[in-house]
Amino acid sequence: MATPLTGYLLVAALIFAIGLAGALTRRNAILVLIGIELMLNAANLNLIAFWRYGPHPELLTGMMFAIFSIAVAAAEAAVGLGLVISIYRHAKTTDLDQMNRMKG
Amino acid sequence: MQESMAFTPQLGASGVAQWLWLVPAVPMVTAGVIALLKQPMKKLSSTLAIGSLGFSLLVALTAFAHVLSGWSHGYAVREVVNFSWIQVGTTPVDLGWVLDPLAAVMLVMVTFVGLLIFIYSTGYMEHDENYTRFFCFLSLFAGAMLGVVIANSILLLFMCWELVGLTSYLLIGFWYQKPSAAAAAKKAFLTTRVGDVFFFLGIVWLFAQTGTLLFYDNGAGSMEPLALGGLLVHHSAWGLTAAGAIGLLIFAGAAGKSGQLPLHVWLPDAMEGPTPVSALIHAATMVAAGVYLIARVYPLMAAGMPAGGTTTSLTVVTWVGASTAVFAALIAVAQNDIKRILAYSTVSQLGYMMAGLGAGGVAVGMFHLITHAFFKALLFMGAGSVIHGVHEEQDIRKMGGLKGAMPVTFATYAIGMLALCGFPLFSGFWSKDGILEAEQHWSVVKAPYYMLVFGALLTAFYMTRQVSYVFFGRYRGHGHAHESPRVMTMPLAILAFFALTLGAIGTPAWPWFRDFLNGNAAPFDWAGFNEPGLGMLMLTSSVVVLAGLGLGWWIYGSKSPAAEEPDALEKAMPPVWAVLRDKFYIDELYGATVIAFYAWWAKVADWLDQRVWGGIVAGVALVFRGWAQLNRFLDANVVDGGFDKGCEEIAMSGGLLARIQSGRGQMYLRLLALAVVVLAVILIWSSRP
Repeated sequence: MATPLTGYLLVAALIFAIGLAGALTRRNAILVLIGIELMLNAANLNLIAFWRYGPHPELLTGMMFAIFSIAVAAAEAAVGLGLVISIYRHAKTTDLDQMNRMKG
Repeated sequence: MQESMAFTPQLGASGVAQWLWLVPAVPMVTAGVIALLKQPMKKLSSTLAIGSLGFSLLVALTAFAHVLSGWSHGYAVREVVNFSWIQVGTTPVDLGWVLDPLAAVMLVMVTFVGLLIFIYSTGYMEHDENYTRFFCFLSLFAGAMLGVVIANSILLLFMCWELVGLTSYLLIGFWYQKPSAAAAAKKAFLTTRVGDVFFFLGIVWLFAQTGTLLFYDNGAGSMEPLALGGLLVHHSAWGLTAAGAIGLLIFAGAAGKSGQLPLHVWLPDAMEGPTPVSALIHAATMVAAGVYLIARVYPLMAAGMPAGGTTTSLTVVTWVGASTAVFAALIAVAQNDIKRILAYSTVSQLGYMMAGLGAGGVAVGMFHLITHAFFKALLFMGAGSVIHGVHEEQDIRKMGGLKGAMPVTFATYAIGMLALCGFPLFSGFWSKDGILEAEQHWSVVKAPYYMLVFGALLTAFYMTRQVSYVFFGRYRGHGHAHESPRVMTMPLAILAFFALTLGAIGTPAWPWFRDFLNGNAAPFDWAGFNEPGLGMLMLTSSVVVLAGLGLGWWIYGSKSPAAEEPDALEKAMPPVWAVLRDKFYIDELYGATVIAFYAWWAKVADWLDQRVWGGIVAGVALVFRGWAQLNRFLDANVVDGGFDKGCEEIAMSGGLLARIQSGRGQMYLRLLALAVVVLAVILIWSSRP
């Protein structure tokens, strides 16, 4: 056993932080989506790591969870990109700072 | 004459008695219907009124025939229909009506005379713009009066009595645009009300003592021996029995309605009303209601009368009646208004009736009431015809010589006048002689007899004076006098016929009326004239009447003095004349005492109102105003202030929160991330060992 669990968790935390920073700071809606994908994949990495180092590595539960998450993320990315395209068609921009029509 | 009625008890009332309520009800309902008509529907209103009273006359005649047939078969009819009106606690308030000879005679008289006056009114009121209203009131009055006549419950009688008072008020004040008419209406209403208060006390007392409101109730009524015996046992103050005291109270009510001293003041003023009203109300019916009331409660008045003696209440009735008769006759001598003379004459004749009731019993008083109703209605309607003929002039000094211009009126008026004077063989002669005879045989004192004989002299005198002024000499009025239309003279002729002949039912030889009322057989017997003293009495009365007529003719004759010239008697003895002309200053006396007292009392009450009660009210108001001010201050500054502040806070926080909702998704995400970080810090911090 070369790499301990902590290594995986550190990498996953790093990826999550990078994704979070991207999602919170970028103005371009596509880049925000990419950040969210990064955060999701960080979470998937954690799921796999905890499965592999958990009490029942012989069961495929962690793997299944991750595959589900990836599938849902793919659908979510499709929906998110569709929204971005339709917003772009409507507002001629992908700048999120100008997308403030949900203001109360 | 003692009443010795032996009325057969009736088991169940006959059909006529069952339907007797229609007599007052139909004219009353008609009054209601007429009230709904519009003013221009003159013809319809008078037709309805006359038709309804004609129907009442038919029912009254049927009832009279029923009583008559019972009487001719040897029993006196007294049928009652009683029913319970309402229940007060456990005491039922009973109403009901009675059909007996007294009621039957009175019903026929009132409906018959009333019908003639209704017909006459269609001519007299023809051009009045309130014709419809007039017939509405007349119908209501006739209904109320007929209600008084048939009432078997003293409460029902009192209710109709008050209705009569109300309609009298309405009719006297019919021309309410004239201030004098409005004042006369008010005076009549208030004066009769004085008597009615006593009457009502009498009713309450009678009810308290006997426990029943009914007059006749198969032995349980208040006018029947059982209750009267109970009334005699109870003594009130001054040695009066309860029966006597109640009798006096009821008499006070009757005195108010019938214009007896000292409540006579309203009757002459009531002449402000239209002349048919004077004829109907103030000659034939309403003023007779008081006399009728005494006749109705006569068993109570006479309760405990010793043989050949009298009772306290009947003594009072006789004295008041005799005094009124002379007193009013004296005043009538010095009046110049044709209707006022007749009014005082009415007061005087009502005094005769009361005296007759007091000394002679029901039949004597009632006989004069019936004959008087006919000839006084005739005289009033004749006076109305005269007033109409001389263009609404009422001062007899501005008339004169009308016997040529108005022959029918003159002939009928002369018959009425002779009947009133008691000229031999006219109806008034027989009825007045009946009264004089009763007074002569009265056991207490003879003074009323002499007073009434003197009154008869005065009656003949003032009527001669009036007729001389109006019909003889030359015409002193303006324009040309003209005869009235047939619709007015026809009733006069009919009434004149009765004024002439009605006495036949009450002559000493054939005292039909008396025996009919008393329930005895009435044989025809010339021997009736042979009663000791009767011839002398009739002679006296004839001589007195002739003396009065002669004296009047001698002084006034066909002299036709100018209107401004003082009266012949005034020239002879001015101070006496002035006293008579001013009606013994009774009105002034009342003005200076009762009315002055009321005026003073009203001022006191006004002062109390303004200063004392007004002050208290103002003080209370001030306290409440202060309290209200305080409440307002609290409201404005504490409640409202607090509420406003609360609202402001909510609005401000809302504004703050609204600023967070910027609509920028990234900002939300940032907040979310911050929250997650804070949550993570907390979790890590709290899970540290």
